[in-house]
Amino acid sequence: MITLLKNGKIYDPAHNKDGVVEDIYIYQGRIVPKPLDHTKVTQTYDLSGKVVMAGAIDMHSHIGGGKVNIARMMLPEYQQKQMQEIKNLSEPEAHICTPYCSHHATPTATDTGFRYIEMGYTAAFEPAISPINARQAHLEMGDTPMIDKGGYAMLGNDDYFLRMLAAKKDQKAINDYVAWILHATQAIGIKVVNPGGISAFKFNQRRLNLDENHQHYQVSPREVLQSLSRAVHELGIAKPLHVHCNNLGAAGNFETTLNTMGASNGLPMHLTHIQFHSYGTEGDKKFSSAAAQIAEALNKNKNISADVGQILFNQTVTASGDSMMQHLNAKHANPKKSVIMDIECDAGCGVLPFKYRDQNYVNALQWAIGLEIFLSVEDPWRIFLTTDHPNGAPFTSYPHLIRLLMDKTFRNEAFAKLNLDAQSMSNLTSLNREYSLYEIAIMTRAGASKLIGLNDRGHLGVGANADITVYTDQENREAMFAKPDYVFKNGELVVKNGTVVKVVWGATHTAKPAFDIGVEKDLKDYFDRYQTIGLDNFKISDAEIFDDGRGSVVVNKN
Amino acid sequence: MKNNLNSPLPISVTCPACGMLCDDLSLNDITPVSIKNGCAKSIAFFEQSFKSSNESACTPSLSGKPTDLNTAIKAAAEILAKSQAPLFAGLGTEVQGMRAIMRLAAKSNASLDHMHSESTVRNTLTMQNGGWLTTTLSEIKNRADVILAIGTDIASSHPRFFEKLVWDSTSLFSKPTPEVIYLGVPEEKAKAGTSPDGKQASVIGNDTSKVPEIINALNAMLINKKINAETIGGISVATLQALIEKLKAAQYAVIVWSASSFKFSHAELTIQSIVQLINQLNETTRAAGLPLNSGDGDSSVNNTSAWLSGYPTRNRFVNGKPEYDNYHFSTQKQLQNSDALLWVSTFNPVSPPQTTLPNIVIGHPDTKFDGTPDVFIPVGIPGVDHAGSMFRMDSSITLPLKKLRNNELPNLSEVINRIEAELA
Repeated sequence: MITLLKNGKIYDPAHNKDGVVEDIYIYQGRIVPKPLDHTKVTQTYDLSGKVVMAGAIDMHSHIGGGKVNIARMMLPEYQQKQMQEIKNLSEPEAHICTPYCSHHATPTATDTGFRYIEMGYTAAFEPAISPINARQAHLEMGDTPMIDKGGYAMLGNDDYFLRMLAAKKDQKAINDYVAWILHATQAIGIKVVNPGGISAFKFNQRRLNLDENHQHYQVSPREVLQSLSRAVHELGIAKPLHVHCNNLGAAGNFETTLNTMGASNGLPMHLTHIQFHSYGTEGDKKFSSAAAQIAEALNKNKNISADVGQILFNQTVTASGDSMMQHLNAKHANPKKSVIMDIECDAGCGVLPFKYRDQNYVNALQWAIGLEIFLSVEDPWRIFLTTDHPNGAPFTSYPHLIRLLMDKTFRNEAFAKLNLDAQSMSNLTSLNREYSLYEIAIMTRAGASKLIGLNDRGHLGVGANADITVYTDQENREAMFAKPDYVFKNGELVVKNGTVVKVVWGATHTAKPAFDIGVEKDLKDYFDRYQTIGLDNFKISDAEIFDDGRGSVVVNKN
Repeated sequence: MKNNLNSPLPISVTCPACGMLCDDLSLNDITPVSIKNGCAKSIAFFEQSFKSSNESACTPSLSGKPTDLNTAIKAAAEILAKSQAPLFAGLGTEVQGMRAIMRLAAKSNASLDHMHSESTVRNTLTMQNGGWLTTTLSEIKNRADVILAIGTDIASSHPRFFEKLVWDSTSLFSKPTPEVIYLGVPEEKAKAGTSPDGKQASVIGNDTSKVPEIINALNAMLINKKINAETIGGISVATLQALIEKLKAAQYAVIVWSASSFKFSHAELTIQSIVQLINQLNETTRAAGLPLNSGDGDSSVNNTSAWLSGYPTRNRFVNGKPEYDNYHFSTQKQLQNSDALLWVSTFNPVSPPQTTLPNIVIGHPDTKFDGTPDVFIPVGIPGVDHAGSMFRMDSSITLPLKKLRNNELPNLSEVINRIEAELA
């Protein structure tokens, strides 16, 4: 059973292949070398003229865990509206919903898998698993078909960690705890959201700056960041600490972002949805773009990577672990409602609907800021294509976003529809860059795989998992990326002409660095004394993910 | 049915008898049931589960006549195949059971409603109207310094709430034992809030039906509006003012309500007022809400339904597409509009509603009937006969349930999957 993909134009940045015409052989779900002449090829796809890339990887998308489920419960009108208006494409906004974009902010688990694979994405990573809620995250992801998945566990606002930091426990103890969390929650990376701030909000602090102390623990966000980034680095997992900076969404927050880069001390650090953290205070409205400063710092600091968190205009919902800032932002919710939670001495969350409008000054500028960052950051291996689904826009708008990056005329036409005051505050039209297919393949495949540390995804070399997407090269990049000709998952044809032809179930990716199990002694005591569940029930076994045989666990080694 | 335990006693167990989902229980014996850290509800649950039912209770039946599982499954599938719009109600199950039910519902154009949704919907409506600000059990244990329970003594439905979260002085942040205040709780129930050292809960009013006007007055007083009355709902304004001062002074006040105890119409408006009070308190200090759940897997069912269909219950499928209407899709209304009933109750032997519709009951072996169901398939009890995953009342925690005993009873999800396969 060898499948041959013949004569495709290969875009495989992991192997420096930029449109070379080559054949790909697939055997038992993997890419294999050209077989000996007598080996029978059972199936051949002639891909002459077609664009071939590895399956795309979304390194930051809220696909599982409690927050989006809260949004589903709170916002039944989204889905109802979508059912009615699915073909109503007359939104007079700069993000023109196309037939390819359902613009549905809260798809079901099933739809999430289907919509991703239909766009040629074969993996997505939930970036905000609160450890105590990890079982729910895996249950939801377990019901998400078609794609591989995984998640980042949130630390840095949990009382166990903050107690350790306040008690000045040595770094090894911190490292062991961080590794234990990766194992217990079946995660592949560690995230910190508003370092210290979510916990501080429970003590009635309303803002926390990088060098301001948490009033109870007397530790600063900078210390939280340094401790966690060092732990992640010393444990040797690939995924750098995933950082949602303090002061999300606040005018003038770009300084916090620059200082957070400084706090990395040269260690790898990933700043997520950086668009929401690139705001200045210039102009009449005291809200301006600091994209240039942020991009310059990203270009200079090679240890820092970022994803953008682009906003696109329409109704969506923002779902964040940042209860402190979401509580502050609740007054901007549209429609006006919000769910804010304090969670288990572990985390928090804030879910509020939001409608981004192109005639709103702030929203229009947010849109421009995201694109300015995309176009000003030079190294596509360190900047990633995200909308922070669903916070900036649903992931189904990626094809539209790709066209904005690849097509300057299209981008400038959209810009011309924006709020005029916002236009006057952006230099977007002076940025002439157009992303190439090779650069898109870096951002959405090779770079994402390398960042997360996936061993055999995101490239098309021999030995890779045969997750492969085939597109027709079209001038309209939105149409091209919305509807691949073929998508192969583990070597099987699962999508044809943008439609699912076979339902399959992907794996759950994890990282499980070695650690001293002795860490459990103190943890058990902590759970018995202060938590309301036992330590053993906190841990998620492989068997729970295997479930009824659909799921599997991949441990990625670094 | 013999109780053939899966592992030697004592066995540590997670208890699905109420929304607290305590996992610190230890089953020491089953004849009679003896449990470390048991409470009235857990003991009743495990006694019910381990009570030796006669063999016939564990045998499927058609119109009361014993039959084998295959025949019963075929008969159930036939009823659903003939039905255009069946009602799946009761839904006393956990995540895995609900997953199976959702697939069958999509295939058979069923509507879905949980047995306790009359209460749950009041909370859902509140959340959908303006949202809320809530907290979870470990936060309460470690942070709460004032607990205001409105219309509920808490302990009747969640027996270990005070023992585990309030009287236990072990907390991360040295804080005093919380003051417990009951508002609108019947006098005979208020003793539940008395601490082991005899400190009694403060009680403000005993009449739950007065809660709406009292909460509205508290909201007004919190934003310094003048009240032109001496008493509200029978409570002196001075008492209410003192309560406001206590809430404002608290570092972390927790306001607990139980939608099921609000037996007046449009109780969701009162819950909205409670949420408004909490939101306003958070302008200056910290406070949070805790809605108590009703049980029988309500949190699990609503969460699973939400990620699989996009909606909590009450929902339905039409040509495989989900729809939501928390008024029209109630059990009571759908019994009039549906042409078949599938009743599910696996934790407790809850009887199905009386109906003339063709009906299937899948549930607890000891289920009793007013009428005889067309098909009855007894299934295992989650957390006793099979493993599963269950949401706690605060929805933030999901815990694994254990299989404690080996027997012939199939799981709900197995039975549902086989019915679905027959429909294919």
